[in-house]
Amino acid sequence: MSAIVEEGVDPKKRRLLTIATAAVGAAGAASVAVPFLFSMKPSARALAAGAAVEVDLSLLEPGQQITVEWRGAPVWVLHRTQDMLTQLAKNDGFLADPASGSSKQPEYAKNAHRSRDPKYLVVKGVCTHLGCSPTKRSEIGAAAGDLGADWPGGYFCPCHQSKFDLSGRVFKGMPAPTNLEIPPYAIAGTRLVVGDDKA
Amino acid sequence: MAAAPKNHDNLPGGILGKAIIWVDDRFPLLENWKAHLSEYYAPKNFNFWYYFGSLAMLVLVLQIVTGIFLTMNYKPDAALAFASVEYIMRDVPWGWLIRYMHSTGASMFFVVVYLHMFRGLMYGSYRKPRELIWIFGCLIYLTLMAEAFFGYLLPWGQMSYWGAQVIINLFATVPFIGEDLAVWIRGDYNVGDATLNRFFAFHVIALPLVLLGLVAAHILALHEVGSNNPDGVEIKKNKDPKTGTPLDGIPFHPYYTVKDIVGVVVFLMIFTVIVFFMPEMGGYFLEYNNFIPADPLKTPEHIAPVWYFTPFYAMLRAVPSMFGSQFPGVAVMGAATLILFALPWLDRGKVKSIRYRGPVYKAWLWAFVVSFLILGYLGVVPTTVWGQLPKGLPLLGGMDTATLVARLLTIVYFLFFLLMPWYTKNDKELPEPERVTS
Repeated sequence: MSAIVEEGVDPKKRRLLTIATAAVGAAGAASVAVPFLFSMKPSARALAAGAAVEVDLSLLEPGQQITVEWRGAPVWVLHRTQDMLTQLAKNDGFLADPASGSSKQPEYAKNAHRSRDPKYLVVKGVCTHLGCSPTKRSEIGAAAGDLGADWPGGYFCPCHQSKFDLSGRVFKGMPAPTNLEIPPYAIAGTRLVVGDDKA
Repeated sequence: MAAAPKNHDNLPGGILGKAIIWVDDRFPLLENWKAHLSEYYAPKNFNFWYYFGSLAMLVLVLQIVTGIFLTMNYKPDAALAFASVEYIMRDVPWGWLIRYMHSTGASMFFVVVYLHMFRGLMYGSYRKPRELIWIFGCLIYLTLMAEAFFGYLLPWGQMSYWGAQVIINLFATVPFIGEDLAVWIRGDYNVGDATLNRFFAFHVIALPLVLLGLVAAHILALHEVGSNNPDGVEIKKNKDPKTGTPLDGIPFHPYYTVKDIVGVVVFLMIFTVIVFFMPEMGGYFLEYNNFIPADPLKTPEHIAPVWYFTPFYAMLRAVPSMFGSQFPGVAVMGAATLILFALPWLDRGKVKSIRYRGPVYKAWLWAFVVSFLILGYLGVVPTTVWGQLPKGLPLLGGMDTATLVARLLTIVYFLFFLLMPWYTKNDKELPEPERVTS
């Protein structure tokens, strides 16, 4: 082999070509990465499984709560009694976000009772701290035992001890930053649809 | 261009010697053998603390081998995973042994790595010229944590499920993109089959490959600059004028290979006692809630991560939410691991080893270790463990005592690093010896 010929070489042009080649290569690599990264997004099957769920409210006794599964997460449907609603109005002073200003909910649930119908609370049973599912602790005061004599009834998260009232509103000084999320839902007569704004 | 003829004296005769020569003519066999074993000079004064590097390698091999055999029967499917692990435990011949070796190996990996890291702290092994070894080591530690986390989901028990739920939601707290990021990680709106399947892929192939690459880089960097030692003095400063080898160095093989085998034997004695007599380690190596199949609708009463994550978990819990976001706690937890990378540049001491450090550094190191251990304890117990402060107290009244302690210790943890440039510079250090002492 003869020596590498260096005469007549334009180093500027060579540099430009090197950079251009590298840039095209990098763009190509980045484009190829897209299908791989996007393959990790929810599949068509997962999207379909996220469809709305129906509940028959006539089966729900006052004070009773049921859990329905929507998008793999628990959604609680609570039939609140008159006593519960009276107590809820007294909680405001102890809450971090009583008017739900910085919490997630549809417009129609951004009110004092956080629901379309004051009687029915429909809320995602997922703690806004780190996604554990709180436990319903609707007994009041001393009956609640470990939660203290002034416990007004609500939800208690076993993971990091966040406390919420029966509207899913978080009490002050809890690890959870906001109230429990209200999913989109609609009520028509005794038919509740979770996951869709229209019945 | 022909390579210079290789020196093949001092090789065994007969067919073995011929085979070695045949290979060595086609592959740098003897060159690497010498560079990394028979002529890699390590300081002669290694002590007990120097067992843990080779032990970490041993556990890595154990995890890979037992892991391969577990995948032969494990099913990465949300409907089948839990039962397939029980199947391994009950029906697969010796399956229980392989599984317990793997689960015990995971915890012992962290025991060994934490002791290995502490050795580095004590003797200043992260100092110039070993900064890159330390950085590769930190990357290994982070990869190991990710590997352990992905692996912990696979049995698909309650703790697997809710642990993954909590950790993935850490990413959801990232401002603006968090929600989408969490969905992308899970591949679904909730931890589910898609999540399990991809975690399996990360656990059995992606991260082990990264880990092996990092371990190779860690060791290559080590062999480039040479090992530190309990005196923290450079053995390369004093070389034999004739041979050019360090006067205080001895060849890694056979001296340290033999020494390390003693460590391996003792380690395996402890390891097998755990595997055979206490594989659950009282709920710390295998948590009791994980014997219940994952239930996405019911969170267990008390959630705690496996012990090796608990110091960081305690920090996460200690930081209150701010501005309607849980992100500050997550940021603190992340910073607690990332700050390790800065260590080589934070330390301004003139000496490396704890033997010649001044009292202030020693006090800080103790404070750091004690904080880390207490945070580790607080991470496994509920925040109510030490009751509440008296209601009447200003500012802190009614607060969980453990939360307050965790906050203070988190501050100590960070101050160990952040104040290091000052307290190491102005400390009353002892003079370093010229040569290693014993």
